[in-house]
Amino acid sequence: MASNRASPRSRWLPVAVLLAAVMLWCTLSALGLFHPSTFPSPWRVALGFGEEVRSGRLLDDTIVSLFRVGAGFGAAVLLGVPMGLALAHHVRLRSAFSPAIHFFRSLSPLAWIPFAILWFGIGDAPAIFLIFLASLFPLVMAAMVAVDGIPSVYFRVAYEHGITGWELIHRVTFPAILPQVITALRVTAGVAWLVVVAAEMVAGRAGLGFAIMDARNGLRTDLVVVGMIVIGVIGVIIDRLLTGLTRIPSVRWGYER
Amino acid sequence: MKDSHLETANLSRSFGPVEALRDVNLRILRGEFVAIVGPTGCGKTTLLSLFSGFDSPTSGRVTRGGRVRTVFQRDGLFPWLSCADNIALGLRGLSDSAARREQLQKLLDLIHLNGFADRYPHQLSGGMRQLVELARAIAGDSDILLMDEPFSALDYLSRLRMRGELIRLLHECPRTVVFVTHDIEEAAQLADRIIVFSERPGRIRSELSISVPKPRSPTDERVVETVRRILLEMGVESSSAL
Repeated sequence: MASNRASPRSRWLPVAVLLAAVMLWCTLSALGLFHPSTFPSPWRVALGFGEEVRSGRLLDDTIVSLFRVGAGFGAAVLLGVPMGLALAHHVRLRSAFSPAIHFFRSLSPLAWIPFAILWFGIGDAPAIFLIFLASLFPLVMAAMVAVDGIPSVYFRVAYEHGITGWELIHRVTFPAILPQVITALRVTAGVAWLVVVAAEMVAGRAGLGFAIMDARNGLRTDLVVVGMIVIGVIGVIIDRLLTGLTRIPSVRWGYER
Repeated sequence: MKDSHLETANLSRSFGPVEALRDVNLRILRGEFVAIVGPTGCGKTTLLSLFSGFDSPTSGRVTRGGRVRTVFQRDGLFPWLSCADNIALGLRGLSDSAARREQLQKLLDLIHLNGFADRYPHQLSGGMRQLVELARAIAGDSDILLMDEPFSALDYLSRLRMRGELIRLLHECPRTVVFVTHDIEEAAQLADRIIVFSERPGRIRSELSISVPKPRSPTDERVVETVRRILLEMGVESSSAL
């Protein structure tokens, strides 16, 4: 991992790629190959962005979407990781629930949309429900598999030092799986962010996904692009924040071997 | 007569149909350094698990006269704890926090790794990690040290150095030691008594004593002679070849 660190010069490469992409976009729209309503120009998108910021809608939609992801994902983490630990420790519990977890994990959360609307109507609740489902099963699986991978030597050291019961879980099992759990959090948060947009498109009255559908219905493709850019940027920021967790000293070992 | 510190009576352990140990009768005295050598799969590691109480015998019993700690071949440190915190684990038995701090400092001084207290195991060399593990094992109220091929993952020169460190540490903090190794030279250089195990099912084949004062050089002729005797006992070396 250490060798992946960018040198000061190559840190500018992503900026160069971004600039090139924007220039290509400018050129294509300046050539007039496509109708402006199917291929909005950067300028129109910038104007649309300003309009959305001034009206406050963009900020409101962003907060709504972030709240939904926070609630659904947060609940999935709080429930899923302990569930994974419990399943890993109890053989019978595990054999009872394993197939069900595999089943639900393989099921696209979007397949739940009809029921989400039937049960929870329109608004925050169905979106949170879908995000929760999308995040829960991968997290349960990741925690369970991570516990299986703990070297037995750690448990023997714990035994010889009188670490048992609850202390064993929070002083040995949990720190031993933390690096893998953080990796799972990154992947799952990415999925949750994908799901919120889809959920809001179908079952929303607000949020970035709803904003995109609303803009499309009003034939404002420039605002569709604004929504796309904001969603992408926030996705990157979420991943960056979670990647920051891997720099905590007590989990570094999990990424350097 | 010195009191026995660790004792087994007709100790046997099977894993399903596989018999790992059969009828092991051992008596290890307080302060003694006993090495256990034998071919791979002779149940040496199983024996240590039984000694520590982490595993239970199929039949027979183990009597422990003190607190047991193990030093493992590798990765016995918790990688999420700094060296100091790993060693502090061994001091959990002390209720007074000032005494714990003082002991921790003494142990770090003893292994000359003061500057590495806040480092994590993955930031250290293999030899340093084994030293930290050794410090953790002798910390606090432990008095029986089990060592499961503790130096076998190191290169030869580091191994020689670690043997010296072990003898030095034991001089400072005397412990009863059961040392499992593949390395016959290591056994001859470190132990007061060497137990030779047979192939599966593991049984005591023979034992021999060596009373040369420590530290010993691996090239000391009495050490070399002991190596020869162990090889003979193991049936690896015929007497005519020497």
